[in-house]
Amino acid sequence: MFEFLSDLFGSQIIAAFISAALPLVFIVPFVIFAVWLERKVSAHMQDRLGPMRVGWHGWLQTIADFFKLLQKEDIVASDTDKKFFNVAPYIVFAGTYLVFAALPFSSAYIGTSLDIGLFYIIAVSGLVVIGILMAGWASNNKYSLYGAMRSAAQIVSYEIPTAIVILSIVMFTGTLSLSEISDNQTAYFWNWYIFGGPDWGLTKFLVLPFMIIGFLILYISTLAEVNRTPFDMPEAESELVAGYHTEYSGIKFSMFFLAEYGNMFAVSAIVSVIFFGGYQSPIGYLGDALAANWLIPFEQLFWFAAKGIFFVFVQMWLRWTLPRVRVDQLMTLCWKYLIPYSIVNLIIIGIITLI
Amino acid sequence: MALKTQELVLNMGPQHPSTHGVLRLELELEGEVVTKVIPHLGYLHRCFEKHTEAMTYPQVIPYTDRMDYLASMYNNFGYVVAVERLLGIEVPERVEYIRVIMGELQRIASHLVALGTYGLDIGAFTPFLYLFRDREHILNLFEITCGARLLYNYMWIGGLSHDIPSDFVRLTKEFISYFKPTITELNELLSYNKIFIERTANVGILPADTAISYGITGPNLRASGVQWDVRKDDTYSIYNRFDFEIPVGKGWFGTLGDCWDRYYVRVLEMEESLKILEQAIDQIPEGDVQSAIPKRIKPPVGTIYTRVENPRGELGYFIISDGSVNPFRIKVRAPSFVNLSVLNELCKGHLVADVVAILGSIDIVLGEIDR
Amino acid sequence: MKNPAEIYDIIKSNFPDGIFELNTSLPVEPLIQVNPMKIHVVSEFLRDAEELKFDSLMNLSGVDDANGERISDENGNEIIKGGTLSVYYHLHSFRFNHKITLKVSAPRENPEVESVENIWKTADWHEREAFDLIGIKFINHPDLRRILMPYDWEDGSHPLRKDYQNPEFYQGMKVPY
Repeated sequence: MFEFLSDLFGSQIIAAFISAALPLVFIVPFVIFAVWLERKVSAHMQDRLGPMRVGWHGWLQTIADFFKLLQKEDIVASDTDKKFFNVAPYIVFAGTYLVFAALPFSSAYIGTSLDIGLFYIIAVSGLVVIGILMAGWASNNKYSLYGAMRSAAQIVSYEIPTAIVILSIVMFTGTLSLSEISDNQTAYFWNWYIFGGPDWGLTKFLVLPFMIIGFLILYISTLAEVNRTPFDMPEAESELVAGYHTEYSGIKFSMFFLAEYGNMFAVSAIVSVIFFGGYQSPIGYLGDALAANWLIPFEQLFWFAAKGIFFVFVQMWLRWTLPRVRVDQLMTLCWKYLIPYSIVNLIIIGIITLI
Repeated sequence: MALKTQELVLNMGPQHPSTHGVLRLELELEGEVVTKVIPHLGYLHRCFEKHTEAMTYPQVIPYTDRMDYLASMYNNFGYVVAVERLLGIEVPERVEYIRVIMGELQRIASHLVALGTYGLDIGAFTPFLYLFRDREHILNLFEITCGARLLYNYMWIGGLSHDIPSDFVRLTKEFISYFKPTITELNELLSYNKIFIERTANVGILPADTAISYGITGPNLRASGVQWDVRKDDTYSIYNRFDFEIPVGKGWFGTLGDCWDRYYVRVLEMEESLKILEQAIDQIPEGDVQSAIPKRIKPPVGTIYTRVENPRGELGYFIISDGSVNPFRIKVRAPSFVNLSVLNELCKGHLVADVVAILGSIDIVLGEIDR
Repeated sequence: MKNPAEIYDIIKSNFPDGIFELNTSLPVEPLIQVNPMKIHVVSEFLRDAEELKFDSLMNLSGVDDANGERISDENGNEIIKGGTLSVYYHLHSFRFNHKITLKVSAPRENPEVESVENIWKTADWHEREAFDLIGIKFINHPDLRRILMPYDWEDGSHPLRKDYQNPEFYQGMKVPY
C-alpha cells in the first residue's frame, strides 16, 4: 500500500501520512458501530430494546452521543497534575493505534508489513499501561489510582500468557510476520492454525488439541488485557466508580472510550490472525470463481472485519453474562493456571514441531 | 531506610454506585485490605419520628411507606398490626387474607430487587434486569389494586383502602405460575455461576452468636443457621394458618453464614412466599374490607412493641399512646439500621471488592436506616 | 417461656435494690422499671441467667416523657423543666422465646444511663440514636456521637425532645423555611 501510494503521489511523506491515517478511517466507524452493537447486544440479552429513537433501531445513537461528548465541557479538577492528566488519554489511544499499524487488513493493505509484527504488537500494547497509570496518578483521586494500579498489574501479568501462546505459534510457523502467518493459512478453514495449520500429516492432528488450548488461553488473557468483564477490575463500576477515567470528561473521556473499543478489535484481530486465518476467507474467494482478482482484497477486508467483529461480539456476550472476578482471583487465574498451562502447551507444541 | 507507611482512608459514598443509596463508608485500608469500616448515616434523615408526633394515627401510614420504599406494603402492615393491637380490634378475615397476600407479594418484589442489585454489585448486569422484569408483574398487581406502584398507603387501621379488583385473583395465579420457572432461571444464570460463588462463598462470614448479639434479623440471621421467623415464632395476622418452611443457611458452598448463604436464603424465601400465596389466594373469604375501620382512632394510654417479619428482617414499631389522637412517640426498629451495624465486623480483613459484596448481601435500604 | 411476672420475681430475688416496680397497670405491655445506674448489671444478669437467657435486644428507644413543668423562657418559647427522659429496652430470648420490657428513667436535667453496649452489640447504634435525638447520655458508651443528625449539629440540641426549638442557623444556612 505504501509503495502504491508513494508511486501515486511521488512523495514518500504524503504516502506515509495517508497510509498512517487509513486505520483511523477504520477505527472511528468501527467504534461507533461497536458501541451501538454493545448496547443492542446487551439490550436484547436483557429483554430490552436498547436505543430505538435515533435512526433505524437507534443506529445513529452513538453518533449523537459522539457529538454530545465533543460539546461537553472539558473539566479538569484543580488538584490534578495537568500535564500528565491532559496527555494520558492520547497515550492510551496511541498505544491502541500503533497496534493497528501492523494488522494485516487484507493482502493489499497493511500499515507496515513488519517482519517482527507480533513482537511489535506485544511491545507497543504496553504503552497503554503507561497511559493508564498516568491517568490514574494524575487524576489525584484514590479510586482512579486504585483502578490504574489494578490495571497495570493486570495487563502486565496477562501479557505473559499472551506472549507464551504467541511464542508457541511463532515456533510452529517459524515467522513473526502477521501477513506471513495469514498467508500460510490459505483460503479454506481447515488450513487455519486452530485446526493444525495447512500442512497435512500427522503433525496436524497431533497439534490440533494443543492449538485449541492455546486459543482458549490467548482469548482469556486478551480479554483481561482489554479490561473486559469478567476481568474489568480497573473500571469495576460497583467498586471503583469508573476506575482510572473517573475524572475525565468530554473529548478526553471519549479518547479512552475509543481506545477501549479499538483495543477490543485489535486483540480480536490478533486472535483471528493467529488462529483463524486472518483475512483469509474460510470458503474460498468469489474473486477466484469470477476470475476478478481485484475483488479478492475487498473480500479479504470483509472477512477480516467479520472475524474481528465476531470475537468482539463474543466479548460482549461474556460481559453481559458473567459476574466480575475479584482482583486476587484474577491474579490467581493468571499466575497459577494460565501461565503454567501455556508453558506446558508451549513445550508440547515445540516437541511436535520438532518431530 | 525504612519507608514511612500510612493507612489509606477511602471515602465510599454518599454518591457511589454500590452503597445502595446515600450511605457513606469510611474505609481504612492497608493496600486493598480493609482494616476498619465506619459507616456514616443520616443523609436521608427525614425526621419520621418527629413528624409522627404531630400526626393522627391514620395519618402516619403514608409516612411508613416512605421508610423502606422497597417494601412499603409491609411497613403499612407492621404499623397497622401495632395500632390494632393497641386498640384491641379484630379485623375481618378477608382483610387478613388480602394483607398476607400483599405482604408476601411485597416480600418477593423486595427480594427481587435485593438479589438483582446484588448481582449488579458483583458485576453481573443481566440478572438485575431479568429480576426487575419479574418485579414489574408484582407492581402491576399493586397498581390495579390501589393505584400506586411504590408507595401504597394501602393497609388502613382495621381495614384496607380498597378492596381487590375482580380479576386480582386470576392475575395473581397467573403470576405465580409465571414466576416459578424464573427462579430456576435465576439459579442457572447467577446463583450457581462459578465466578459468583467464588466471589461470595467464604466472604463476610457471620457466626450465629455474633448475629444475635448485633440484633441481626431476617434472612441475614437465618443464613447464619438460626431458624427464626417472626411469622412463625411470634405470629401475627393469620400466618399460623399457612404451611411453609423457614429456609436457613447451610453453608452450601463455603462457611455457614457467608454472603452466598445470605443470597440463597432469599432465593429460597421467595419459593416459600409462593407457597403461602398459593394457599392464601384460594381461601380469600367474602366480606367488606372497611367494616372494621374505627370511626375515631383514640387508643388508650399505654405502650406497645409489635414486630413483623419485613423482607429485611424484624420490623418493630414501638408506640406510646397518651390517650390522645396523636401518638406520643413512635420509634421504629428498622431492620436495615440494625443489620448495617454489623458491617465493620464482617468487613475486617477483606478486600475493597468484598466490602461491596458484603454490603450488598446485607441488603439495606437507606430510607429505612435514616428514617 | 416465662411470663413477665415470673421474670420480675427472678430479677427481684437477685437484685433487691435495683428494681423499682413491675408495672402491669398499662394496657397491652407490662414493663419493669429499673434504676438507670443498675441497668448494666441487670442486663448482664438477664442475658446470662440460665433460666432467662435474654440473648437479644430487639429494640432500644429513648423517650421524652414530657412530665415536667411547662414554662416559658425569655423568648416566649415553651420549655419543659424537670421530669424525666426514659429509655425502653425490649428484650427477647431466642432460646426460650419469651419477652420482657425494661424501662429506665433519668432526670431531664442530667439524663445519664449506663450503656449496655458491651452486653448486646446492637445497643451501640440504638444508644447513639437515643443520644442524638433525645439527648440521653450513655455512660461507658465507647463512641457516643450523633448518628442521624449532622455531627456538627448544635450541642445540646436534640430534636425528639418535646420542647425542641429549631436553631436559627446551621452552618450559616437558615433552618426554618
